Amino acid sequence: MSLQELAKQPLASKMAGADSDDSLYPIAVLIDELRNEDVQLRLNSIKKLSTIALALGVERTRTELLPFLTDTIYDEDEVLLALAEQLGNFTMLVGGPEYVHCLLPPLESLATVEETVVRDKAVESLRKISHEHSPVDLEVHFEPLVKRLASGDWFTSRTSACGLFSVCYPRVSSTVKAEIRQHFRTLCSDDTPMVRRAAASKLGEFAKVLELEYVKSDIISLFTALASDEQDSVRLLAVEAGVSIATLLPQEDLEALVMPTLRQAAEDKSWRVRYMVADKFSDLQKAVGPEITKNDLVPAFQNLLKDCEAEVRAAAANKVKEFCENLPEDSRETIIMTHILPCVKELVSDTNQHVKSALASVIMGLSTILGKDNTIEHLLPLFLAQLKDECPEVRLNIISNLDCVNEVIGIRQLSQSLLPAIVELAEDAKWRVRLAIIEYMPLLAGQLGVEFFDEKLNSLCMAWLVDHGSCYNVEAATCNLMKLVEKFGAEWAQNTIVPKVLGMANDPNYLHRMTTLFCINALSEVCGQEITTKHMLPVVFKMSNDQVANVRFNVAKSLQKIGPVLDSNCLQTEVKPVLEKLASDQDMDVKYFAQEAISVLSLA
Amino acid sequence: MHLYEEDKRRFLKADIISTVEFNSTGELLATGDKGGRVVVFQREQESKNQPHRRGEYNVYSTFQSHEPEFDYLKSLEIEEKINKIRWLPQQNAAYFLLSTNDKTVKLWKISERDKRPEGYNLKDEDGRIRDPTTITALRVPVLRPMDLMVEATPRRVFSNAHTYHINSISVNSDYETFMSTDDLRINLWNLEITNRSFNIVDIKPVNMEELTEVITAAEFHPHQCNTFVYSSSKGSIRLCDMRASALCDNHSKFFEEPEDPSNRSFFSEIISSISDVKFSHSGRYLMTRDYLTVKVWDLNMESKPLETYQVHDYLRSKLCSLYENDCIFDKFECVWNGSDSVIMTGSYNNFFRMFDRNTKRDVTLEASRENSKPRAILKPRKVCVGGKCRKDEISVDSLDFSKKILHTAWHPYENIIAVAATNNLYIFQDKVN
Repeated sequence: MSLQELAKQPLASKMAGADSDDSLYPIAVLIDELRNEDVQLRLNSIKKLSTIALALGVERTRTELLPFLTDTIYDEDEVLLALAEQLGNFTMLVGGPEYVHCLLPPLESLATVEETVVRDKAVESLRKISHEHSPVDLEVHFEPLVKRLASGDWFTSRTSACGLFSVCYPRVSSTVKAEIRQHFRTLCSDDTPMVRRAAASKLGEFAKVLELEYVKSDIISLFTALASDEQDSVRLLAVEAGVSIATLLPQEDLEALVMPTLRQAAEDKSWRVRYMVADKFSDLQKAVGPEITKNDLVPAFQNLLKDCEAEVRAAAANKVKEFCENLPEDSRETIIMTHILPCVKELVSDTNQHVKSALASVIMGLSTILGKDNTIEHLLPLFLAQLKDECPEVRLNIISNLDCVNEVIGIRQLSQSLLPAIVELAEDAKWRVRLAIIEYMPLLAGQLGVEFFDEKLNSLCMAWLVDHGSCYNVEAATCNLMKLVEKFGAEWAQNTIVPKVLGMANDPNYLHRMTTLFCINALSEVCGQEITTKHMLPVVFKMSNDQVANVRFNVAKSLQKIGPVLDSNCLQTEVKPVLEKLASDQDMDVKYFAQEAISVLSLA
Repeated sequence: MHLYEEDKRRFLKADIISTVEFNSTGELLATGDKGGRVVVFQREQESKNQPHRRGEYNVYSTFQSHEPEFDYLKSLEIEEKINKIRWLPQQNAAYFLLSTNDKTVKLWKISERDKRPEGYNLKDEDGRIRDPTTITALRVPVLRPMDLMVEATPRRVFSNAHTYHINSISVNSDYETFMSTDDLRINLWNLEITNRSFNIVDIKPVNMEELTEVITAAEFHPHQCNTFVYSSSKGSIRLCDMRASALCDNHSKFFEEPEDPSNRSFFSEIISSISDVKFSHSGRYLMTRDYLTVKVWDLNMESKPLETYQVHDYLRSKLCSLYENDCIFDKFECVWNGSDSVIMTGSYNNFFRMFDRNTKRDVTLEASRENSKPRAILKPRKVCVGGKCRKDEISVDSLDFSKKILHTAWHPYENIIAVAATNNLYIFQDKVN
């Protein structure tokens, strides 16, 4: 409900009357529950703060409610978080933009609590309401608050200040601007690493609102200082700032002002900083443009791919495709072939499985960039090697990205190696791996075609139905069958799958017999009325006499499920008698589900 | 140094203090005990009319940090004993500390409240419910001053990351992470994330029968966020650089003193096990405590310690009986003073030792109620070996090995020390003019 609508409610008008009024009661409860011992009730009240404020009117909200809330910072995090969020939307409730500054005290105290999520939310709300301040109010009320936070005793308030500079800077006079820049400088060299981290993470954002001359004079020196901070955690945040700053500067300044620092970051002693560079590499590449990419980033990327720390190699490996894609077109192929591919080849036999699996998740993407011939000559051996990797994750990542290669060289090139890999994964000891490969099966089937599938993979799909490890897998396997039928059509289903599924109805293991029912549930719709009535229904009927009650009540559930596929004649003459019989079964559950099916199918 | 004992003592029956720690300003002092409780003492503000009461520490907050638990999967009891307390740098008006037992680290917030909301709509001041029909106007609660209340609230619980017993926790100088150390592994945590930690050291052999060494203590460098050390039961210290790789199995420095063959005995290995390791405040030196000595190492010299101080060398002849009563496995801690010029560590018979690194003088002092009065100057004690003892000396044979001082703490920059003697906490400070 919008505020306007709320305002139209009778409640607000009755307030003026101040007579005994029933509608005051719910508000009174809400106000009292602001202090209830139960957190959930307090939280509910806070979430309806706008209702309370509306009932109180703007005047009392400003003079009574807000002062109370300002001191309520002892509460649980979730309550404070809700409060911080509410206050960001409170402008109308305190009397509009003219009075928006009344919201600053409670948000200021929320911006100093120790819980980061609450502080961040308070800062977010402050940023939001900053836009509702008039330029004068911004200088009279908002900017002093930022300064207070920036020079607060505790680092929590100083960290919060870092996020507020960029919203007030564009809208204040040049003297105040100079002060803001000074405050930001001070925070960048704060004693505590937390504040320097907060400043480093907001440096890019702040740079964006600064005039270019100050970016060059102020921001660059701050960036350089933060990027050589003694704390690893500060330096690594400076990398991200560097990327943002790079987007702001003209090409000729980049080389002199930013690149030396970024180069240094890519070779930092700390692997965490190098990791950050690797992680942000694509953004960096876009920010610096093609020339610097060719001259600087390519060798840097090679080094990251050969880094001594596996985490860094994995992060870089993840970026291989994106990096190659974004290389300037004129020299793309040469760079990949001469500089990147040799590193990639080494990564295929890396000692660390995370590195290999990161590479496997993107390596297939290179084929579209390099084209058919190069793919066959250079990439195919790598794909094949990864398909035989000892780590299932690696093989799985290759298989799940087959579609990229399919477009370029067709999947047939791979099928010889593909099959053993799939079979092995399908029998992996970890059920999650088995589950993953099941889920890729419909995709593979589509790419490999019916013939190949029937020949090699069909039996596999059926075997999954009797997976011992996990019920998820059985569910996934039935779902897999459904998708296969969607791909290959009902006729194919009738010839290949349906007989096998129905065959399981005679299995001595009742769990497998139930699987038949689950498959029928999944398949009836895609197979259509004819196959369902002709082939599946008789089996279901037969199973209604099963000696295990679980099978019988699943028969009832199946009938309910496939009922809509059948025609009404069949329902009345065949399904109804069976369900009626089950409805008088001696087992409670069978009765229950049979009756449910009867009522859902309206057969009563 | 002249010290006098303060009259504030704590006596909790059978509640043995298991850790003592000052916060970074020295305004607060926390103790943990075997009952899982944490007691925080606050230093009293100086007052003009009682100058001698300067800086007395009074109980500020007491709370139950850990409860006894039972691990049903492993059929193991988990003691509630607080193994270590570490204060976090102050971030707002509240104080934060980490406390740990064998398995779980908890982050506690200690905060003050001096205002209380008053006024309800639906009930009056005495709590009687009002007739809803009489409500004619809404009341917003008002905050009124009240007596100061100190609350301790658990903020985070870092659990399920240790198979063995946690012996150390240490907060990183980046104020963002801390590590917890058990017998075989060291984990790194982000203070804000409880469901994930990173293993940074793992010395568990594939085959546990090949186990020859365990980690006994670990600490972060006070300024370099990437550096930490851990000590082992074999008497060595490894310094690791987290910049080099994510898993710090390869140390960058290895401090060990070659064994003196003439002193070799059955007990050599046991008594060389390091029970505590501490960086100096400057970050330049390391101090380690083993059973008989405390050693100071220069980070730039791995081959041998810079200084070695004998804590109670007279026990060397009694190792056999100390082995029999298990005392030889006692884990004594050691601390630096604020300027790194004096070190302190505990001994038996409620004795504790201080060594001045510049003058090379050392002193033995006693923390006991019987032998010293509040605000009296502590007398140095002497232990005599064999033969006749002088009047003020005590014979090795009459030392009480059940009274041990394992845990001590030194104010970060003043000469105030806290000494835990079983269930008593003694606070001594420099004589006031």
